[in-house]
Order: sequence, then C-alpha cells, then structure tokens
Amino acid sequence: MKLSDIFQNRNKKSRPQGESSLKIGIKGKEVWVYIIFGIWALINLFPVYWMFTFSLKSNKEIFGENVAGLPKEWLWSNYVKAMNVGNIEKYFVNSVIVAIVTIVIVMLISLMATFALTRFIWKGRKQMNKFFMLGLTIPIHASIVPIYVTLSKLHLLNTYFALIIPYAAFSLAMGILVCTGFMQELPMDLDEAACIDGCGTWGIFFRIIVPLMKPAVATVSIYTFLQCWNELMFANIFVSDSAHKTLPVGVQALSGQYMTDWGPVGAALVLATFPTLIFYAFFSKKIQESFISGAIKG
Amino acid sequence: MRKLYSNKLTIILFILPALILFLVILVAPIFLSGYYSFFDWNGFGKKIFIGLENYKELLTSNSIGFIKALGNSLLLALLSVVVQLPLALGLALLLGKGRKGERGFLSIYFMPVLISTVVIGQLWLKIYNPSYGILNVVLRSLGLDSLARIWLDRKTALGATFVPILWQYVGYHMLLMYAGIKSVPIEYREAAMIDGAREGQVNRYIILPYIKPILKISTIFAVTGSLKSFDLIYVLTNGGPLHATEVPSTLMINMLFLRNRYGMGSTIALLLIIMCFAFALIIGRIFKDKED
Repeated sequence: MKLSDIFQNRNKKSRPQGESSLKIGIKGKEVWVYIIFGIWALINLFPVYWMFTFSLKSNKEIFGENVAGLPKEWLWSNYVKAMNVGNIEKYFVNSVIVAIVTIVIVMLISLMATFALTRFIWKGRKQMNKFFMLGLTIPIHASIVPIYVTLSKLHLLNTYFALIIPYAAFSLAMGILVCTGFMQELPMDLDEAACIDGCGTWGIFFRIIVPLMKPAVATVSIYTFLQCWNELMFANIFVSDSAHKTLPVGVQALSGQYMTDWGPVGAALVLATFPTLIFYAFFSKKIQESFISGAIKG
Repeated sequence: MRKLYSNKLTIILFILPALILFLVILVAPIFLSGYYSFFDWNGFGKKIFIGLENYKELLTSNSIGFIKALGNSLLLALLSVVVQLPLALGLALLLGKGRKGERGFLSIYFMPVLISTVVIGQLWLKIYNPSYGILNVVLRSLGLDSLARIWLDRKTALGATFVPILWQYVGYHMLLMYAGIKSVPIEYREAAMIDGAREGQVNRYIILPYIKPILKISTIFAVTGSLKSFDLIYVLTNGGPLHATEVPSTLMINMLFLRNRYGMGSTIALLLIIMCFAFALIIGRIFKDKED
C-alpha cells in the first residue's frame, strides 16, 4: 500500500467519491456529522485563538474584563517585550540556524546513503537498509547520557553543534526511507545514458539523481524542520546558555520570567507557533504527506 | 555501467557518513547506557561497579517511585488506545466518506500536531490556572463554582496532564487512518453497498480490515509514545506535585540532572528502550494473529 501520494492519486483511477453511490446520505444524519465536525474543530482551534487574543491584551483584560473576546486595545508592545526583554528574537534565529543546518546535513547524507543503497550492487545492502530503518524506532532516551558526557568532555555543550549532530542523526532514518522510495522510481536508463556521455559516479549523483529528488527533499526537509523546531529534551539538556537556546527552551525560560504578566508570554508562544502555522496554511497537503510518509513505509 | 556501480570504494564513500552518524549517535549510546547502568557514577568522578544494584533499587525502592512512574505511563498508554485512537478512527471514518469540506476539517484537526509541545504546555498551564485560567472562568460563569479547582494539584494533576497529550495527537492518528481509508479502492465499497451493506457494515468488513497495517502502526506509536512521554509533563508539572504525574522520562531527567546519578539514569533509559521494543513486537504479534 503506497500512501505517501494518496492525495494526488485518489481520484485518478476511480470516479470522484462525491458522485459515487455512497452519497445517498440521510439529511438529518448529515447535520449531526457536521455538528460533530464543528465541535471538534472548535476544540482544536479555540486554544490557538485564545493564545492569540491574550498575547495582545493587558493583564486587566485577561484577568477579568475580557477573558475570551478580541482585545479591546491591541497591545503590540507585548511582542516588543517578548522580542527584546524576553530574548525571543535571538532564540528564533538560533532555531532557524539549527533547523537549516540540520536539514542540509540530513539531506546530503541520506541522499548519498540512498544512492549507495539503491543504485549500487553489493552484498548486504538489504540488511544495511533494514539496519538504518531501526532508527525509526530507537527512542532518543538512551543517547542522552553518553552524548551529554561526550559533549561535555569535548567542551561542545552550549554550541549549535551539540544540537545539530544529534538532530541530524535521529532524522537520518526518515531521510533514507523517503529518499529510497523516490530513488527506486528513477529508471536506470538515466544513469546509463549519463554514463555513456562520460559521467562518473559523482557526476551521475550530483547532476542526474539529486536534481530529480526535489519532492523527496521537500518531504524530508519539512519533517526535519518540524522535529528541530519543536524538540525539547535535547535542547533543554545540551544547551543552557541563552546565546544558543532554541525556541522551545527559550519560551519555557521566558514564561518563568514573566509569571504574572501573561501578555508577553502569549506573544512568545505566538511567535514560536505562527510561522509554522502560516506555512501550514499554504502547504497543508505537503506537510501532511511528509508526516504520512514518515510513519508508513511505502 | 555495472563496473561503475560495483566499485567498492565508491560504495563505502557514499554510505560512510550515514553509517558513522548512525553508529555514533544512535547505536553506540545504547550499549554505553547499558554499560553505565552497572555503575554508581556521578558523571565525572570514578565509576564504581555495582552489578545489578541499580536495577534492583529501581524495581524495589519506593522512594524512587519508578513503579509508580511506569504505572502512570502505562495508564497513559491505555488511555491512548481506548480514547485517543477510537476518537481518531471515528473522525477519520466520518471524514473519509467524501463530504464537503473534509479537507478543511482534516487540516484543522491535524494542526495541533505541528505546534511545539512547549507552546501547548504553556497554553494549557494558562488554561488550568486556578484564578484566571479559562477553564475555571468558564465553570464559574456557568454557576458551577464547586467544580472549579486547582487542576494541577495532587488529586487531578494526572488527568489534567493527560488531556493535552491525548488532545494533541488525535489529529496525527486521524491523518494516518484517513490516508488509509482514502486508499481503499472505491469499487470495494460500491460492491458492498450494491450487495446491501449498510454504512456500519462497510466500515466493519471493508475499511477496517483494509487499513489494519495502519491501525497497527498507530497503536504502536500511541503505546511507545506514551511510555516515552516527556515534553508536556515536563512543562506542566515536571512530575509533581509529590510525584503524582511522574513518568519514567521525567524521573530519568531528575536522576541525571538533579541528583547526578548517571548510572541510575542510564538504567531507566535502557529499561525504557527495551520496553518500547517489546511493546512494538507484542502489538505487531497481536495484529498478526488477527490476520489469520
């Protein structure tokens, strides 16, 4: 069962479902279904809505006058506070740096490994692939002590490196899984044509294969980005100075700092969340696909 | 061509970066953790070999409370399987029927998965806030003052921390199941409908068997995810008050970074990994048996 391209495929072979005979629903029942949909949507949307509104309110409004409505006075100064005093700006940049470097490393290494695993003929490549797939199930827990001890011996705690390398390692299995799916679909004729034209292995890899892997790159990048952006456990342990903290840890620190002033905390939460959600609004299908292909082996 | 693609040196060059990263960060630490678990060690001083003492202490000592933490995470696993997954399946079945607006609803339901758990935790801390949290405010405005309470106290903290965990990932399981349902060939369903099957029967006899591999994956994720759960509990209660919401991961972090007991922390990590693999195998077996 190939699920990763479910959204494109679903209507190609069959008639659109809307026109099918399944549509003979009883009207009254349909209404109930939509009521259920509506309630569950509300349960999902309300916390985000509430977060957004209280990020723009004063304590006076949040704590009594206007608990759930839109802000009467839009206090953008909360955002200024979160950015400058709460250091969110810095954490944001750190998160972006860590995520982007991790994505580049994961992409390069997993494309290379996949190339060796799918194009080359050698004994044990199937076992090697299975071995890498173990990475999908290994929890991060066992890595904490050994990596922490090693990093501290090498004086690498409190660097971007301390997060990038573990993040890349734990995204590798997903990268190889997705790239294998796409690379197997590329016909060997491509390689042979390039070979006849005088390309070496590296030439075939960089000039022929990699440019054709854009959909895989997009899928893996999205997935890796979200993993890095939201990860807490490593980020909390391997980095403790505010110069290198990522958003999750930074937001956590900020809310400790602003225990009684909710507005700036809300602003920080919004700043950590809305970039992802805005991106999601435009590319929801692609993001969902990347989660599906991360969970289900082709 | 064949010659080009069987060059040993090139193969090694292409596979080596991945292999090294994988071995150093994922595989070696498991064995190292196993090794550390036999020692009494504060992280920098001398390691003292104590054999299986860590395991013994962990499984018998009441003051550490590992059994209680494990019980909490197993309870969470149970709740995921009996509350979260059925909810996700129900929604996926309703959404998968080709109704108007299904994509929109699907996208809304999946949204919480994308939000950082720290953000969700902080948000729910505010929701649960005894004086100003929206939950108590709503209860009071409905005249239900008696129900308003300190949600994260000893009595209700466990339930209160489970709610956001279960809430956040319904959308994830729903998405996987929805994708599975959409891959059921429409001819199967139509054939069943022509034979007079009702909607419930189509779900039961056509769709569910077809998406069984996905139900298996979802169950494995739900159970192992519960055993590993950390982020939301760390943000909401950090295992407190008085260990009421302790899970193995929070216990492990406390052992390591509050008490400097690296050997004991490693023991917990290793037991967690073994349990995750064991549960994944058991669940896989259960689903296989049903196939025959």
